[in-house]
Amino acid sequence: MADLEKFREETKAWLEANCPAEMREPVRDEDDVFWGGRNATFKSDAQKQWFEVCRDKGYTVPAWPEAYGGAGLDPAEAKVLREEMNRIGARPPLSSFGIWMLGPALLKFGTEEQKVHFLGQIARGEIRWCQGYSEPGSGSDLVSMQTFGEDKGDHWVVNGQKIWTSYADKCDWIFCLVRTDKENKYQGITFMLFDMESQGASTKPIKLISGNSPFCETFFDDVKVSKSYGEGIPGYVGEINRGWDVAKYLLGHEREMISGAGGGDRLAAIGSAMKRHAAKTGDELDPLLRGELAMFDVDALAYAAMGEKFLDEIKVGKAHPAQPNMMKYAGTELNKRRHELMMTTGGSRSLEWESDDTDGGKPSRNWLRTKANSIEGGTSEVMLNVISKRILDLPGA
Amino acid sequence: MPLYHDEDQAMLAETASGFMADEGNIAKQLRHWRDRDCPDGFGHDLWKQMAELGFNGILVAEEDGGLGMGHVEAGIVLEEIGRNLTPSPFLTSSVLAATAIGKGNDEMRGRYLPGLVSGESVYAVAIDESAKHRPERIATKAEKSGNGFKLSGKKDFVIQGASADMLVVAARTSGSDNDEDGLTLFAVPKDAKGMDQDSVRLVDSSVASHVTFDGVELDGDAVIGEVDGGREVLNAMLTAGRIGAAAEGVGVARGAMDMTVDYLKQRKQFGKLIGEFQALQHRAAHLYSEVEIARAATIKAAQLLDAGAPSADLMASVAKAKVGKTAGLAVREGVQMHGGIGMTDEYDIGLFMKRDRALQEFLGDAYYHANRVAEMSGY
Repeated sequence: MADLEKFREETKAWLEANCPAEMREPVRDEDDVFWGGRNATFKSDAQKQWFEVCRDKGYTVPAWPEAYGGAGLDPAEAKVLREEMNRIGARPPLSSFGIWMLGPALLKFGTEEQKVHFLGQIARGEIRWCQGYSEPGSGSDLVSMQTFGEDKGDHWVVNGQKIWTSYADKCDWIFCLVRTDKENKYQGITFMLFDMESQGASTKPIKLISGNSPFCETFFDDVKVSKSYGEGIPGYVGEINRGWDVAKYLLGHEREMISGAGGGDRLAAIGSAMKRHAAKTGDELDPLLRGELAMFDVDALAYAAMGEKFLDEIKVGKAHPAQPNMMKYAGTELNKRRHELMMTTGGSRSLEWESDDTDGGKPSRNWLRTKANSIEGGTSEVMLNVISKRILDLPGA
Repeated sequence: MPLYHDEDQAMLAETASGFMADEGNIAKQLRHWRDRDCPDGFGHDLWKQMAELGFNGILVAEEDGGLGMGHVEAGIVLEEIGRNLTPSPFLTSSVLAATAIGKGNDEMRGRYLPGLVSGESVYAVAIDESAKHRPERIATKAEKSGNGFKLSGKKDFVIQGASADMLVVAARTSGSDNDEDGLTLFAVPKDAKGMDQDSVRLVDSSVASHVTFDGVELDGDAVIGEVDGGREVLNAMLTAGRIGAAAEGVGVARGAMDMTVDYLKQRKQFGKLIGEFQALQHRAAHLYSEVEIARAATIKAAQLLDAGAPSADLMASVAKAKVGKTAGLAVREGVQMHGGIGMTDEYDIGLFMKRDRALQEFLGDAYYHANRVAEMSGY
C-alpha cells in the first residue's frame, strides 16, 4: 500500500512535468485524437510531445510488459495512473484498435516473437490497425462469413468483402477473419494479419445517417497473405482454422468496452444539465419531460452502481462470464435513451445540422450515432439471446 | 469498498437464505397465517427464532445488546425475507423503529431495545397521514400539557400497528403542517388511552391500521431524541427504511424471476418447452438485466449509508424507485408467463404480485422517489 502511494506521488509529479496544458483539454473532434500509423500527422506540437514522452515511458500501453513496449504496470498501478490522468483530464496519448483489440488477442494467443514484433509496433504508434469481421451477408450471424483464403502452400490467396471496417481507409494493416475451410463452420476460420497496401485490397467509405464516415467497405481481390513474417512470426493469430476462438474472445472484450464499464459521463444523470440547457433558449422543462428525465436519472444512477459492481466483481473473478453481454445491452439502450431526451430538451435548436450554435450539428449527429450502440459489437437482440442461453440456461436458445 | 458481499456477509447470506427457505417459506408462514385469518398476519415463533439468530438486533449497537451491523447486512436478511414472502415485523421493528430508538437516550434504549433483540416485542411506525406517502407534511399534533404532551390526529398505513407493543409516531410540536422543522417523534405504548386502531387486512395478507389519537396523554419520556428535532430522526428512519424496503423488493423480484424462469423450463405447449420461444426468452433476459441493476443500486445505497455518506439519501431514492419499477416488472411478467395457473390462488406467483404491490406503496412509490431524485438534483 505504501508503495502504491509512492507510485501515486511519482505519477502526479511526472504528469505535472510532462503533460502539456493543451493535452488536458477535453477532446472536441476527431483530429484531437492521435491514432498513430505510417501516415500519422500531429495536430499540434503539444500532441506530438505528449505522445513521445508517453511512448518512451511505455505509457501508451501502461499495463503491457516492457518487452512489448509497455510500462509493465500491475493492475493496481495501472488504475492509479488512470485515476491520476482522469484527475487532470489528460487525453490518451495514443488511441488505436491495435491497443484495444489486436493487442489483447496477441497477448492471449500470440507467439513470443509475434508479441515482440507486432505489440511493439502498436505501442510505438507505428502501425494503425483495422478490424475485418462483418460482411454484407454476415452481421449478427458472423460465423456464416464467406471471405475465403485459398491455401497456396506458404501463403493464402484471399477473396471477398468486409463491411463496417472502422477507418479502413486510414489504416495500415488489418486483422481479418478469413474462411480457410468451407466444410467446417466454426473450425474453418483463420485470424489473419496483413498489410492494407497489399495488391488487390481496396476500401470505400460508407456515409452514415450522422453524415460522418467512420466506417468502410473493404474489398479483397486475389490478395496474397503470407503465412509467415519471419522466424516465429506467423501471419495469423492462434492456430490455422481456429480463428473463431480468437474472434469470440475479442467480442467479449469489445462488449466490456462498449458497455461503458470504464465509466465516463455517459453513465451520469442528466436532468439538472437539461434544465440549464433548456434555460439557454429561454425554455423550461415540460412537466412530463421532467418526469421522463427523472426516470432516466434513476436508471442511469442505478446503472452506474451496476458498472461499479461489475468491475469490482471482474477483478476477483466473481462476475458471471456472460455478464458483459448484460452490461452491453443495458448500457447501450440507456445511452440511446439519453440522447433521445437530450434531443427533445434541445427542441428545434437540436435539429440544426450545420450551425455554430450547435458546433456543426453535434446534438443531432451524436444522437444518430448512438443508434449504432445497440448494433455494433453484437446487437441488443443477440445480447438477450446470450443472456437467455448462458445465464438463464433457457432451452434451445 | 467493493460492491459485493465480503466473506462475513456471504456467510450471513447463507445463514439467512437457509433459514428463510426452511422456516420462513410461503407454505409455513404466509399461507399458514393467511389461511387461519391470523389477526397479526405473522408468526411470533418465527420472530423469536429470528431473534435467536441475532437478526432482530442486527442494527442495534453491541452495547445495547445487538449485533451492531450495518444496512448491507440488514439488506441481506431482507432480500431473503422478500424472496420467501416471509411475513415478519423485521422491516418496521428491526430497521425503522430500531433506527429511531437507537437515537434515543439511555432510558429510551433500555426500555425498548432488549425486547426487540429478544424477539419478545414488536414495534410499528406511524408516519403516513393519507393514502400516499408524503412525510413532508405532518399534521398530527402533540401539544404541551403539564410535564408531557397531548397527541391528536390520524395516521394511515401503520403496518402491524395492532400487533405492536409500541408505535413510533411522528407528530408536530410546532409550526404548520408543511414545515420542515417542528416535528417530534414519540414512542407511544400500545395501551395508551385515547389511541384507537382500526385494523384492516391488505391485499398481501399483511395487516395495517388506521390509527386515531384523541388527546392521548404522553409523558415527557416518550419523546425520542429532542423536542422539535424530530425531522432528523424521521429522515434517518426513512432512509434506512427505504433502503430496507428496496432490499426486500429485490428479494421479491428475484423470487418471482427465479420461479418464472423455472416454469419456462418445465411448461410445454405446441410440443416445445415455452422457454424455447424467443418472444419469452428476450423478456426474461431483459428482466434479468433490470433485476441485476436494481440489486446493485440497493447494495450501493446501503454501503453509502453505512459509510455515513451524504449521498446515501439520493441513492436510497434511486434504489427505491429502481426496485419499484423492476419488481413490478418481475411480478407482472411472472403472472403473464405462467399463463392461466398464474391466476390461481394455489400457485405462488400471484402472492409475489400482491406483496410487491404493498411494498411499492410502503415509504414511497417509484414516482415519489423519481420526483425526489429530480428535486435533489436541482430540477
